[in-house]
Amino acid sequence: MSTPLPIIDHPIAAKNFVTNDQRSPWHDTALWFVRSKRDKQAASVPEWEYLRSLASQIKTHTIADLGRYLQEFERNATALGANVYYAADAAEHNQIVLEILRRHSTTRIIKSKSMLTEECGLNPFLEAAGIDVVDTDLGERIVQLRGESPSHIVLPAIHIKKEEVGETFHRHLGTQAGASDPAYLTEAARGHLRGKFLAGEVGITGVNFAIAETGGLVVCTNEGNADLGASLPRVHIACMGIEKLIPRFQDLAVFIRLLARSATGQPITSYTSHFHGPRDSASELHIVLVDNGRTRLRESPEFRAAMHCIRCGACMNTCPVFRRSGGHSYRATVPGPIGSILSPSQNPKGHKSLPYACSLCGSCTDVCPVRIPLHHQLLAMRGDLVSKGLLPLEKRLSMKAASFLFRHPTLFAIAGRIGRISLRVLPHWATHHRFNTWSIARELPQPPRQSFRQWYAINRSKMLPKASEKLS
Amino acid sequence: MSAAQRGNSRQSILDRLLSKDITVPPLPQIDHDALVRFDDPLAKFGEMLALVGGDLHIVDSSVQVMSILGELAVFRDAARIASMVPEVVPGNFDAAAIDDPHDLAALDWTILRGEFAVAENGAIWVDGNSMPHRVLIFIAQYLAIVVSRNEILNNMHEAYARVGHPKPGFGIFVSGPSKTADIEQSLVLGAHGCRKLQVFVMA
Repeated sequence: MSTPLPIIDHPIAAKNFVTNDQRSPWHDTALWFVRSKRDKQAASVPEWEYLRSLASQIKTHTIADLGRYLQEFERNATALGANVYYAADAAEHNQIVLEILRRHSTTRIIKSKSMLTEECGLNPFLEAAGIDVVDTDLGERIVQLRGESPSHIVLPAIHIKKEEVGETFHRHLGTQAGASDPAYLTEAARGHLRGKFLAGEVGITGVNFAIAETGGLVVCTNEGNADLGASLPRVHIACMGIEKLIPRFQDLAVFIRLLARSATGQPITSYTSHFHGPRDSASELHIVLVDNGRTRLRESPEFRAAMHCIRCGACMNTCPVFRRSGGHSYRATVPGPIGSILSPSQNPKGHKSLPYACSLCGSCTDVCPVRIPLHHQLLAMRGDLVSKGLLPLEKRLSMKAASFLFRHPTLFAIAGRIGRISLRVLPHWATHHRFNTWSIARELPQPPRQSFRQWYAINRSKMLPKASEKLS
Repeated sequence: MSAAQRGNSRQSILDRLLSKDITVPPLPQIDHDALVRFDDPLAKFGEMLALVGGDLHIVDSSVQVMSILGELAVFRDAARIASMVPEVVPGNFDAAAIDDPHDLAALDWTILRGEFAVAENGAIWVDGNSMPHRVLIFIAQYLAIVVSRNEILNNMHEAYARVGHPKPGFGIFVSGPSKTADIEQSLVLGAHGCRKLQVFVMA
């Protein structure tokens, strides 16, 4: 992350969204709709679970042998005429891109969706250098015009209502005031961005898959924006994290079958472009391979599998926390379950609240097309944060107190007794007041007449001799 | 940052990856008997193409293709048609005579040759080497692809096996017209690429 973000707890960052009783359920419904489409597509492929296993095995193999595959990719891509660069971190990535742009004296960039460039903060960096960057994905263009960041890695504007898009387009593109019809607004964006495409001097794209065996790149879009952007200008810069590599051309079949079905519930994206080398002898293809913490993540046996991620967003669409709190509440480039692993593994202190934005329901693990054990990792990440001393004081103290209580049976019995009596005698106002937020929407249970241990002493202790008789 | 430092990044990334030894499990071999096949791949292709927003026409002759296209007002009124399959649809715009792909901006139609189609997802493989500018696929307002009826494959595994080792250049799976659902998940056809896709499966 090039610009350090302030440390903000997820519950605080999510508060506005969650308590908006219009927007939160609306967002929840929109994402559940996408999740349902995903289910339908997954169910239509009889070998779906087999594909997930294949994908997981291929990724496990590739990440383990990543050094060798990177070299193979570099060799083959270079032989095809591409320029390959390695960037240790976000700053170096941005610098490499800027130098390529400077070499061509260009100031007009057309860019398609790339979470990596978001991660590196490329747009603000280039804008500060006087370069005009136009995001061409419709959702990304909407958030760019509004001065926001994407709230979802596949659906960047999922948090924005069509009326708000209408206002934004009215102000920036001159559409009719009050217009909110998606077809009309999309048509306006098409016209606006056609002009930008034709004026663009360099196209920047992300990468969905890079193939070691052939030195080629695959980019998937529905809009055709990456494809236009990489086919009009003479210069194409493709930016990718080093985990995007796959070994063989044939392996693409597994991943292409899984990606769009998991992401948006489509059988495949409208365009699946395969680039092998620059367009022609007068054109250039630059490929920037970025580490930015990935080699370190690879060294962690616990979290290595997070590198399998193909950025489909399925874990976000299914996550009950993400659906209700919105992507911006994570304050991270990649939000949701996978982001709650990736972000704290890069910056534990800055993102320490994210692994707790999770009920451990395990739905993310069930839908992940590459079988990342997401909820297991989220739990393990909590342990990691505890061992780093990053748990907030009140949680640390209360866990210590609970641990002490459970280790002392007499104290536990006394506490239980006090609890049962309190439930009986305390007036309602003593537990339900404005300082106890827990009780806002909850009532306390009726206390049982006796504790389990009292019940056991009466009902089961007499049966014990019988059991022993049977044994003898 | 100097170029020399940059070289260091390459070395340090590779060193770190190569020095940290992780047990490498073998790459899986795909069991092709476990993969979906269809009794009628053409019917499945039609079903999936409809799902992704494309229009399927099963035809026997180029005469039939021309009459179907002729029923479309956007084809009858088209000023510039670039055809990569002139034996089926004669174009009126020579894209090969153009140097700069930007000059294709006003193109109304592109007619492409599809190498093969995939039943499971309605995708068609188009080889970039079959046209003078790859932007022809994306820049035209409308797109038609002609593909042989004998070239309908079951699934993506068969598709990639069919491509084999890709040639230098460009290749693409096209599945339906360009589309977006970025405004409140409302599907709109015709985002940046073609507004509609006509697919002609020829006998």
